[in-house]
Amino acid sequence: MIWDNNFAVSVIPLLLEGLWVTIKITLLGTTLAAALGLFFAILRRLAIPVLSLVVSFFVVFVRGTPLLVQAYCAFFVLPAYGISFDAFTTGVVVIGVNYSAYMAEVYRSGIQGVPKGQWEAATALSLPSVRTWGRIILPQAVRTVVPMLGNYLIQMFKDSAVLSAITVVELMATAQAIGSSSFRYLEPLTLAALLFLAVSYPASRLVNRLERRYAPQH
Amino acid sequence: MRPSTEPQPLSAPVDLAPDPIIRFQNVSKNWGSNQVLKSLNFEVAPGEKVSIIGPSGSGKTTILRILMTLETPSEGLVKVDGDTLWDVSPGQKVRETKQMRETRRKIGMVFQQFNLFPHMTAMENIIEAPIHVLGMNKAEAKERAAELLNLVGLGKHMNHTPPQMSGGQQQRVAIARALAMRPKVLLFDEPTSALDPELIGEVLNVIRNLAHTTDMTMLMVTHEMRFAEEISDRVVMFDNGAAVESGPPAQIFKDPQQERTRTFLRAVLQH
Repeated sequence: MIWDNNFAVSVIPLLLEGLWVTIKITLLGTTLAAALGLFFAILRRLAIPVLSLVVSFFVVFVRGTPLLVQAYCAFFVLPAYGISFDAFTTGVVVIGVNYSAYMAEVYRSGIQGVPKGQWEAATALSLPSVRTWGRIILPQAVRTVVPMLGNYLIQMFKDSAVLSAITVVELMATAQAIGSSSFRYLEPLTLAALLFLAVSYPASRLVNRLERRYAPQH
Repeated sequence: MRPSTEPQPLSAPVDLAPDPIIRFQNVSKNWGSNQVLKSLNFEVAPGEKVSIIGPSGSGKTTILRILMTLETPSEGLVKVDGDTLWDVSPGQKVRETKQMRETRRKIGMVFQQFNLFPHMTAMENIIEAPIHVLGMNKAEAKERAAELLNLVGLGKHMNHTPPQMSGGQQQRVAIARALAMRPKVLLFDEPTSALDPELIGEVLNVIRNLAHTTDMTMLMVTHEMRFAEEISDRVVMFDNGAAVESGPPAQIFKDPQQERTRTFLRAVLQH
């Protein structure tokens, strides 16, 4: 198979549309994962008897099973129990929930990294616990884990290709579709790979810079 | 604030004081098999300035931490300003109560490591609790914070964050932050131990000034013997989880009655 420039150029607009979907999944998925992960991390830290155990189990479950299996279950199994959304929504939720388990661990390490003296000062000032979390602990904890969250965002950007398996028309699915309808796979798959790289490489450089900027203050 | 010309509380034997502001009754604290406090009985009169001295591991810091509710006693009764802070029977599982939280508000603490919030300016550090605990409005809290910063000699540093300040400056901000809550009792946990030697003086000056000009009760754990001698109404020597000797500084430092106090003072004053 020889590279056909004209064909390659002709499929770029379609691939860019796919890329845009991939980016949307990543941004929405990361937002969901960052929020849920923070919620789970706080729940575990609060050590509420049953709830903390449930969260721990959930994290073990999500981290111990493949993303692809989770996506299949959500898209093909759950509708049998009356829970069904379109592919895009399902994809965002599945990947967001999946990453929330990893991000919860990241937040946990960030929260643990806040010196004990900060909690003690908050107690000595009688600050209410919501204020202690919101104004004292989390700003310091999150600051130190921003680069790690950034790395997960980049990883999610690439992992979202898995969602092509549940018919989400993102970059990978678009490339596959072009390939199967034209019987030319070289150009769309190569371009898809290059487009992934074109976004993920600058993004990882940015995360490296964040790493330096958000070094712990203590 | 009270003018410094007014007489200081007398260093009368504290057992005779009618209404102690702090009272420890049979308080014990165990860490596993290690008994940090052994059925301690200890009282502080309102307005009294008390220094606690003794070797490390003698339980002196634990007293402050129990008062600040950073540590739970294994057993015993602790009262502050007439309210029960702790009432623990052996083996009892203790939960934080509303009364505990309310009583705690009467107490402020200055830590060895300052424990300022590093992501907030000096001003923000100070106004945080007055606004969100006392319900003060922001303008009033800021005005008062500025006064307090002036009091500790840092009026020009209100917009600096802790990493931009020296240890001595940070500790002075920490003192201002504690004062902003208008505590009846202020605890100092080795306030100069983490400081470079040349920065100790500026912090001691602030504490000295407070000791001389306020009627706040002050309880200080310190290794600065001369300072303790100078500002205290009473000095308590701790060893092995118990108060071995208590008395006016002149007596403790010049004529200690207990052999343990004598050997301790000889060791720390000689170096």
